[in-house]
Amino acid sequence: MTENTTTSGESIVRQRLGEWMRGDTDSDFEESVKRYDHYIWRKHVFMVVCIVAAILVMGAALTLGTYPISFFETYEIIWNHITGNIADVTADDVIFNLRMPRIITGVVAGAGLAVAGVAMQSTLKNPLADPYTTGVSAGASLGATIAIVLGVNILPMGGLGIVGNAFVFSLIPTAIMVMICRMKHASPTMMIMAGIAVMYLFSAITTMLKLWSDPDALKALYNWEVGSLALATWDDIVIMIPVVVIGIIVIQFLSRQLNVLATGDENAKSLGVNASQLRTICLIVVALIAASIVSFTGMIGFVGLVCPHVVRIIIGADNRYLVPASAAFGIALLLAADLVGRTIIAPTIIQVGVITSFLGGPMFLWLLLRKKSKIWG
Amino acid sequence: MQIEVDNLSFSYGGSEKMVIKDININIDKPGLYCIIGPNGVGKSTLIKCFNKINRPNTGAVRIDGTDVAEMSNKDVAKLISYVPVTGQDMFSMPVIDAVLVGRFTQQKWKTTSADLEIVYRTLKLLGISSLAMRGFNELSAGQHQKVAIARAIVQETPIMILDEPTANLDVRYQVYIAELLREMAEAKQMIIIMISHDLNIASKYSDEIILMEEPGTIRQIGRPEDVITKETIEEVYGVGCEIFQDHNGKPQVMLECALRIDE
Repeated sequence: MTENTTTSGESIVRQRLGEWMRGDTDSDFEESVKRYDHYIWRKHVFMVVCIVAAILVMGAALTLGTYPISFFETYEIIWNHITGNIADVTADDVIFNLRMPRIITGVVAGAGLAVAGVAMQSTLKNPLADPYTTGVSAGASLGATIAIVLGVNILPMGGLGIVGNAFVFSLIPTAIMVMICRMKHASPTMMIMAGIAVMYLFSAITTMLKLWSDPDALKALYNWEVGSLALATWDDIVIMIPVVVIGIIVIQFLSRQLNVLATGDENAKSLGVNASQLRTICLIVVALIAASIVSFTGMIGFVGLVCPHVVRIIIGADNRYLVPASAAFGIALLLAADLVGRTIIAPTIIQVGVITSFLGGPMFLWLLLRKKSKIWG
Repeated sequence: MQIEVDNLSFSYGGSEKMVIKDININIDKPGLYCIIGPNGVGKSTLIKCFNKINRPNTGAVRIDGTDVAEMSNKDVAKLISYVPVTGQDMFSMPVIDAVLVGRFTQQKWKTTSADLEIVYRTLKLLGISSLAMRGFNELSAGQHQKVAIARAIVQETPIMILDEPTANLDVRYQVYIAELLREMAEAKQMIIIMISHDLNIASKYSDEIILMEEPGTIRQIGRPEDVITKETIEEVYGVGCEIFQDHNGKPQVMLECALRIDE
C-alpha cells in the first residue's frame, strides 16, 4: 500500500513531479540524446551527399560540348581560374563563358525553386503548394506574351524586354494576394484560392493574346515557356543570384518561426509568432525568388513542388534543416535532369523542365509508396 | 502573479452579437482554476482573450497590472503558455521535435542539451518518453493531447491556459493530468486555468471554479463546494443530477436525464 496519502494515484503524481522539479534524469535519457544526435547527424549526412552529388554532376555537365575537356580537367580549370593562374586560355574561355552560365543558372534555379517550395508549403500549410501557387508562372507568361506578341516592354531594358515584362507581371498576383490578406484576415486556404483566381484570369488574357498572334510569335513564346537553363548569360545571372541568395537567407532565418507555424496559427501566436505577418513576408520573398528565376529560365516545374517532399520524407519536417537540404537537393536534381536532357538522345536536347517531370514523377511516387510513416497529417 | 479580467466583451468579426459579455475575473493566487459551463457560452473565446489570440471589443486583460494588448506577442508568450483544443500539427515530426517547438521563446538558434533535457523530463512526467522518436502523426488523439501539454510545460511560463486538456484521455490520465496540473501550480507557484466538461474532475482538483452560462456571462466564481450544487447544475446545464461528497468533502455529480433541450 502507499505510505502517505489516501489514494495511490496522488502519490505517483507527487513522486513524478518531484523528479521533474529536481531535474532527475536516468540512463534512458542518455540513450534518448544519443538517438536524437544520430537523427540530427543523418540530416547533415544527407546535405553533404547532395552537395557532393551536385559537384560531381557539375563536373560531368562541364565536359559536354564540342571542345574536348575531360571530367577531372574541368575541376582543374575551375581551380586554376579561382587561384588566378590560367593554364589553357581556350579551355578557360570554354568553361567559363560558354558552359558555366548554364550550370550556375541550374544551381541558382534549383536551390531557389526548392527553397521557395519549402516556404510555400510551410506557410500555406498545403502539400500541393509550390513556388508558382501564387500565380507567379501565370504572371510571367502573361508578361512574356505581352512582350513577344504585342511588343510592349514595361522596363526599358533593351535586350531584356521579355525578362523584364515576365518579372514585373509575375509579381502582380502576389501583390494582389498580399493586399487581400491585409484587407481581410485571410486563411491560407483563402489565399490559395485567391491565387488560383488570379491565375485563371491571367491565363485567359494570355490565351486571348495567343489567339491573335502570328505563328512566329507563338513559336518564340513556346520556346520561352519551356523551362531551359540554356538562355541565361553571365549578365542575366548577376541579376538572378543576389535576389535568390538573399531570398534563401531570409527563409533560412525564418525557418524556426515556420516550425512554430506548423503547430497551428493559434498555437503559433501563443508562442509569440505572428502568423499572418510571417505569411506575408514569406509570400513576398517567394514571389521575388520565383519571379527572378522564371523570367530567365521559363517554366521549370516540379522542382519546387517535389524537392521539399522528397527531402521531408528523408530527413523530416524541421525547417531549419529542410531549407538548406532542399536547396542542396534541388541543385543536384536540376543539374542531373539537365545533364540527362542533354545526353539521352544527343545531339537533340530535351529541355530540363520536361526531364524534371519525367524523372521526378515516378521517383516521387516510389518514395510515397515505400515510406511507411505518414509525413502529411 | 495576478490576472485581472476587467469588464471584458468580445464578438467575432466586429459583429453586434457579443460572444462573451462584461466578464470580470480576478485571480491573484497560484492554483488550478477550472472554467466550466455548457457548450457555446464562450469558454474558449474567453481564454483566447488572455493571450491576445482574440482582441476584446471592450475591457482588458491585465497581468500584474499591464494590459496584454500593450505587450508584444513575444512577451505574452513568455508569460502564458496555451494548449489548444486539439492538436493541429501539419507536418509529421518526431514527438521530441514537436515538443521542442515549445522552447521557441527560450531557445536561440540551436537546440541545446538543456532544451533536450527538459523535453525528455517532461515526456517522462507525462508518461510518453517511449514515444520520443515516434512521428507525431502516428499517435492517437490522447497521445497528441499529452504532446500538446508537454509543449506548454516546456515553455516554462508562470501562467498556463488549457482548452479541455483531458478531453481525449483515458480515465487514468484524466485524473493524472488534472492532479498534475494542480500540484504543479502549487509547486511552481503558477496560475493554471483549464476548461473542462468533466464536472467531477473540475470539482476534485481545482482550487476555484469559474462557471459560465448563457449568454456568455459568468454565473459564479468560487470553491467547488460552493459552485457545484444541485440547483446550479440543473439550472445552468439543464440536466438533472444528484450531488455526493467524496472523502475530501468535494462535491461529485451523478448525472440523471436532460431536463430541457435548447431551440
